[in-house]
Amino acid sequence: MKRITEAFQKARSEGRGAFIAYLTIGFPSIEASERAADDLIAGGADIIELGVPFSDPFADGGVIRKAAYEALRQGVTLDDVLATAKRLRAHHASTGLVLFTYYNLVFSKGLEAFADAAADADIDAVLCVDLPLEEREELLAALRPRNISFIPLIAPNTPMERVAASAQGLDNSFLYVITVKGITGERKELPPDLTGRLDEIRKCTSLPIAAGFGISTREQAKTVCAHADGFVVGSAIVKRLAEGKKAEL
Amino acid sequence: MGKKRLIAETGAGMHGVATATVAALLGMPCDVYMGAIDVERQSPNVERMRLLGARVVAVEEGSATLKDAMNEALRDWVANCDDTFYVIGTVAGPAPYPRMVRDFQSVIGKEARRQCLAKFGRLPDQAIACVGGGSNAMGLFAGFIDDPAVKLVGVEAGGKGLATGEHAASINGGRVGVLHGAKTMLLQTADGNIIDTYSVSAGLDYPGVGPEHCHLADTGRAEYSVIDDAEAVAAFDALCRYEGIIPALESSHALAEAIKRAPSLPKDALLLVNLSGRGDKDMENVKRWKERNAANLPEPL
Repeated sequence: MKRITEAFQKARSEGRGAFIAYLTIGFPSIEASERAADDLIAGGADIIELGVPFSDPFADGGVIRKAAYEALRQGVTLDDVLATAKRLRAHHASTGLVLFTYYNLVFSKGLEAFADAAADADIDAVLCVDLPLEEREELLAALRPRNISFIPLIAPNTPMERVAASAQGLDNSFLYVITVKGITGERKELPPDLTGRLDEIRKCTSLPIAAGFGISTREQAKTVCAHADGFVVGSAIVKRLAEGKKAEL
Repeated sequence: MGKKRLIAETGAGMHGVATATVAALLGMPCDVYMGAIDVERQSPNVERMRLLGARVVAVEEGSATLKDAMNEALRDWVANCDDTFYVIGTVAGPAPYPRMVRDFQSVIGKEARRQCLAKFGRLPDQAIACVGGGSNAMGLFAGFIDDPAVKLVGVEAGGKGLATGEHAASINGGRVGVLHGAKTMLLQTADGNIIDTYSVSAGLDYPGVGPEHCHLADTGRAEYSVIDDAEAVAAFDALCRYEGIIPALESSHALAEAIKRAPSLPKDALLLVNLSGRGDKDMENVKRWKERNAANLPEPL
């Protein structure tokens, strides 16, 4: 099943961008994360990113960091997140599920054991925040035979040859284009050159492109989706969960 | 390079002071990230950085020590990489930083080698340096790496003892992982989260170690031992008393290792110890450590 490819196709056929929602699993609790995922899917999320809490989330802003620390305080591990994914999959046959993690958690489990567990949970793809292009082949070699894909991150200063190389050899995936230089978290304004950059990236790949980091409003999502195939919302959702609200946009 | 601003992370504050000095010399703004606990226990260096015109940012997160300072510096850098240069203070972090830092620090080893030859007419038998991230050690080792007769000894921080789990000895007590862009030995939980480290010396209080040290440990070219807080404090006291030199608590670990080894060596053995930092910054820290451990003070050396 190519759920990620299909999610983007479905959104396109409906004349909209795909909605990718990030959750830190285990915040405020595992049960609450699962309910939030159910709500988000009911509310139109096409793909759910399941964030794995890590002790040193150096790519994340304050909101997601706090969520990770709280989840860790409760003892939430990669295995718990995989078990959550498996339960979500039982109710959501067609939703794309992406595991969003720092690499040491995966590496520590062992790449083969991790790939087996991810396949058992029927995860569609893995995104490793801190695994650069040059180092990713070992993980991809473990994921490939299990039909699990990989989501590359594209930074605002990634040169176009590197964008093309990052997209190379991937199927059932998308390019996660980071909108702003910096860490995750809501921004009032997105950089003015973002749309031009999205257009440029588009020329480098046949994969769908989705923009993330800093997107929190309907207006921002609309602007981005005029030039991208989808958008990611993370901190804005986690913040609402922290405030005890339902995860909805 | 077009960079207009410097940032750095620092543990003991030595690297922060060095970076602040360079920034003052070049007239560049400088932000130094430092764990809140380290800001408190290394306050003389904090003042020194401020006098040099740097802004010291206390990082309250995680264990509020060196790794958290590095996390925060990385966050700053990804947001400001256009105009900011990140001066990493140790041989860790993403490539090519470990190599760059080693090459810059290698002045230590090159000068030490030259001085040994000039003063003693021969190379040292052993070259000993403390290892947190491991920059001063890698700098010293760089001068002797091609002299197989010179034994290279790295000394990790044993904190309250390896068995207590409260230490910062990544090579002796950790396992392979990936942090801050480097594959290296890490102190981590079974599921791959980083453990809070402990050492009386802020500069060694880091859960990883430069990847090249792991390589030297693997090949056996260097050996890595462990010195705990009490042994380091005893060596700190001894150098003050016998030589009138106040060594940094970090360097006191290397010194303690030399003192431990000396009795079993021939009288003319030549031990080279890297006194990588001055200990004025540690006076208060050592005093408080002695107060906390009044019941269990180490025997004077």
